[in-house]
Amino acid sequence: MEMITKVLTANALLTAFAVVGIVMWLSNILSAKLTMGRVHGSAIAILIGLALAFWGGIATGGHKGLADLPMLAGIGLMGGAMLRDFAIVATACEVDVEQAKKAGLIGVVALLLGTILPFIVGALVAASFGYTDAVSMTTIGAGAVTYIVGPVTGAAIGASSPVIALSIATGVFKAVMVMVGTPLVAGLIGLNNPRSAMVFGGLMGTVSGVSGGLAATDRRLVPYGALTATFHTGLGCLVAPSILYLIVRAIVGG
Amino acid sequence: MIAGVALLAICTLIGQLLGEGLGVLLGVKANVGGVGIAMILLIAARMWLKTRGRYNEGVSRGIGFWGALYIPIVVAMAAQQDVVAAVEGGPIVLIAGVGALLLCFSAVAIISRLSGTPETMDEIEARESREAEMAIAAGSPAPITPR
Repeated sequence: MEMITKVLTANALLTAFAVVGIVMWLSNILSAKLTMGRVHGSAIAILIGLALAFWGGIATGGHKGLADLPMLAGIGLMGGAMLRDFAIVATACEVDVEQAKKAGLIGVVALLLGTILPFIVGALVAASFGYTDAVSMTTIGAGAVTYIVGPVTGAAIGASSPVIALSIATGVFKAVMVMVGTPLVAGLIGLNNPRSAMVFGGLMGTVSGVSGGLAATDRRLVPYGALTATFHTGLGCLVAPSILYLIVRAIVGG
Repeated sequence: MIAGVALLAICTLIGQLLGEGLGVLLGVKANVGGVGIAMILLIAARMWLKTRGRYNEGVSRGIGFWGALYIPIVVAMAAQQDVVAAVEGGPIVLIAGVGALLLCFSAVAIISRLSGTPETMDEIEARESREAEMAIAAGSPAPITPR
């Protein structure tokens, strides 16, 4: 047993490849046998991944899900920002330039709405739960944009640590819900073409949520969604601690 | 093959660098559009190589390999989220998260409807394969589709 642990830990990234490969293999079987292929294998794999992350978090008390187990630390490298961005950029080769151009302006509109709408919802919910000061409302509102915008904004305008934690949790929850919910509503919201994928990427933000949700819906849409989603966090970090904070402060005072 | 991987890495690194620079320029503590810039660079590089006839099998395979690994990487990403914190956040997290989500989903639906019905991914692929077949039938080489 000790020997196995040693080998797996020493080859962390290879262990991750093997584990993820097995998860995907099982998911494809489940998809074909249990749902007759109606639910994508990748959607099931992502759900299994989230469930394993929940279990890992409970088992270790850490914040990085399965990657907190020493044997599975390679999951952290494989699913980390570096390889994620690398693989997303690689999907650009599947982008149809003409299709992307057609969606240009509408993508920008989606980006703006995708920052403002969640911010308003987050700030209002925060206020209704008693966080009525401008700093807390802005921080939790920013968290509803993405889980990176939340803490960046909170740190910039001096929010308290519990409020920042709440804003991160809101953003993570939203990202998780995007991954899980997108395949379910894809038909309803017309998510079957490059343009709506770009609108979707701009509106939902969080590269992780968008790429996971689109991957579970239709692999071919991923590059289009990622193309706009990548600007989402930057835009949020730009406007939330500045313009949006000033607006909230002007409305609620102090 | 390494040429493709290297090209991909160079585009990604330059994209990240420009994204960081844009962040500093705008006074933001974040990478502004690094991945998007990298994607645009890669698309441009591919078009440039294609016009000079240097976009060969090896380059394409090196990039394609990482594109194909994309979904497993997303699964690994899902497996390292702080799901416990998201669940423990309680009602405020739940309501703000779901509220923002529903509003954004409806906005996607509205914007998509407003701007008419575009070709779906299936229709685009069907048309492209039809065009390719017709071109072959006409005896001319297949048109270079921007794929």
